Amino acid sequence: MSRALILGGAVSALVVMAALVSFVWTPFEHTAMNIPEKLQSPNSIHWFGTDHFGRDMFSMIMVGARTSIAVAFVAVGIGIGLGVPLGLWAAARHGGWADEIIMRGNDLIFAFPSLVIAILITAIFGAGAVNAIIAIGIFNIPVFARVTRGGAMPLWRREFIMAARVAGKGAMRISVEHILPNIANLLIVQATIQFSLAILAEAALSYVGLGAQPPTPSWGRMLADAQTLVSIAPHMALVPGFAIILTVLGLNLLGDGLRDALDPRLRVTRV
Amino acid sequence: MLRYALKRFLSLLVSLAIASLVIFAVIEVAPGDPASFMLGINAQDDTLAALRAELGLDQSKVQRYLGWIGGMVQGDFGTSYQYRTPVAQMIGDRLWVSLPLALYALALSTLIAFPAGIYAASRRGKVGDIGVMGATQIGVAIPNFWFAMMLVLVFAINLRWFSAGGFAGWDKGVVAAMKSLTLPAIALALPQAAILARVMRSALLDVLGEDFMRTARAKGLTRGQALRRHGLRNAMIPVLTILGLQFSFLLAGGIIIEQVFYLPGLGRLIFQSISARDLIVVESVTMLLVFAVIVVNFAVDLAYAAVDPRLRARA
Repeated sequence: MSRALILGGAVSALVVMAALVSFVWTPFEHTAMNIPEKLQSPNSIHWFGTDHFGRDMFSMIMVGARTSIAVAFVAVGIGIGLGVPLGLWAAARHGGWADEIIMRGNDLIFAFPSLVIAILITAIFGAGAVNAIIAIGIFNIPVFARVTRGGAMPLWRREFIMAARVAGKGAMRISVEHILPNIANLLIVQATIQFSLAILAEAALSYVGLGAQPPTPSWGRMLADAQTLVSIAPHMALVPGFAIILTVLGLNLLGDGLRDALDPRLRVTRV
Repeated sequence: MLRYALKRFLSLLVSLAIASLVIFAVIEVAPGDPASFMLGINAQDDTLAALRAELGLDQSKVQRYLGWIGGMVQGDFGTSYQYRTPVAQMIGDRLWVSLPLALYALALSTLIAFPAGIYAASRRGKVGDIGVMGATQIGVAIPNFWFAMMLVLVFAINLRWFSAGGFAGWDKGVVAAMKSLTLPAIALALPQAAILARVMRSALLDVLGEDFMRTARAKGLTRGQALRRHGLRNAMIPVLTILGLQFSFLLAGGIIIEQVFYLPGLGRLIFQSISARDLIVVESVTMLLVFAVIVVNFAVDLAYAAVDPRLRARA
C-alpha cells in the first residue's frame, strides 16, 4: 500500500470521524455564545480558540465538517447518479445521435464558468446548503459522464462483451452487469477527486454567504467571519483554513493512492 | 484544417446560442420584479407599469430574449436598471480591473509553474521532484480566498508593503495600479501554478519516453540538454492547452478574489447587481464570461489542431 493511500486515507478518516462524533459529542455547544471569552487564542480549554461571539472553534470545526461532507457527498452523488448512466448510454450508442447529444451537452456545461453559475444559481434561488448542493452537483454530471464513457467505450470492443451480446443481453443489461463493475475503480478515483473539489466549492460559496446559512456552521462562513478580524485574531482564519486544506489534501492523496493501487499503469503518467 | 475550423466554429455558435438561452431562462425564473425593487414597496401600480414599459419588462419573453441577444451582437448590452447607465460601459470600466488581474495572475502562474515543472521532471523520483510535487499537492488544496486573506495578513497588515484592498486606478499610474493587483494576482495564481506545474512535469515525462529523446541521448546529449532542446518544445502542446483554459478560468474565477480585496471588477459587479436585482447586468456579465470561456476553448482547439494534424484527421 502506498504512502499516499495510507496518509490520505488516515486524514480523510479523521475528518469523517470528527463529523460523525460531532453528532453525539462536541467539547462545547457549537452555537453557545460566550462574549466574555471572545477571540481567545487556542488554549487548554478552547483547543482551537474562540470566535468573535466566544463560540468554541473546535466544536464549530467538528460540526462544520458535517456540512462540508454532506454537501460534497450529495453533490458528488448527483454527479454519479446522473453522469454515470448518461456516460454508459453514450458509450453503448457510440457514434449515434444519443452519444452526440450527451457529449455536446457535456461540452456545454464544461464551457460555463462553474463558479459564476453556482453563484448565480444560489443567489437567484436563495442561499442555502440545498441550492449549493444542486449548483455544485450540476457540474459533476459531465465529469462523470465523460469518465464513464471514456472507460466504457474500449470495453465494448472486448470479447466478454461480445459474448454477452451473443447471449442475447441488451445494451442496458450489459452496461449494468458487465461494463459498470469494470469501470468501478475509475469512478471511485474520480469520486474522490470530485469530493475534494466539492469541498472547496462549498467553502467558496459559504464564504460569499451563499452556502449553508446560520446557525449551521460551515468552514467557508467561518472564514468570512474572520475576514475583518484577521489582524486581531488570526486563529479565526487559520483554523478553518487548515481544516479545508487538510481535508482536500487528504482526499487528493487518497485519490492518488487509490489510482496507483487500482491501476498501476497510471503511475507513470499521472498529472 | 479549414473544414475542422468551420466545424468547430459552428459548434461554437451553437454553444453560444444554447448558453444564452440557459442564462436568460435562469434569470427569467428569478423571483423579484426589478421595477418593484427599484421603486420600493409604496410604488403606485401605474408608476410600476410605466417603469416596466420603460425597461422593456412588459414585452414577451421571446421579444426580450431576441432584443437582448440582438443588442449584444451589436455591442449594446442594454441599460442598467439600477444606475441607468449603459451596461457595456459598466462592463468596459470593470474589465480594466478584471482583465489585467487575470493576465497578471496567468503570468505569475506561468513564471512559477514552468521552472517548477521542468525541475521536477528533470529530478524524477528524487528529493527535488518529491518536494515540488508535495508543494503542488498543497497548492491545489489551498482555497484561493483563504490564501488571499493570509497574504493580506502578512503583506498588508504586518509588513505594510501593500494595501489590504481597493484599486488605485490606472490614472494613478501603472505602478500603483499593478501594486494594488499584486496580492490578488498572487492569490489567484497559486492554485493554477500548482496545476500547471503538475501538467508540465507530466507532459515532460511523457516526452522523455519517446524515441527521439532516446536518440538525442544516444547522440551524447545530457538528460538536461535533451530536455531543453527537444523535450520542452514537444511537451508544450498540452501545457499551452491548459494555459489557455486557465486564462478563462482566471477571468471568471477572480470573482471571489475581487470580493476579498474589494476590487471594482466584473465579479463585484455581478454580486452587486444580483443583490440589487439589476438582472440585465447579471445576464450580460455572465454571458460575457461564458463567451470568453467558449472562445478561448475554440482558440485552444484551433491552435492544438494547427500543431497536431492527427486531431484534424480525427475531426
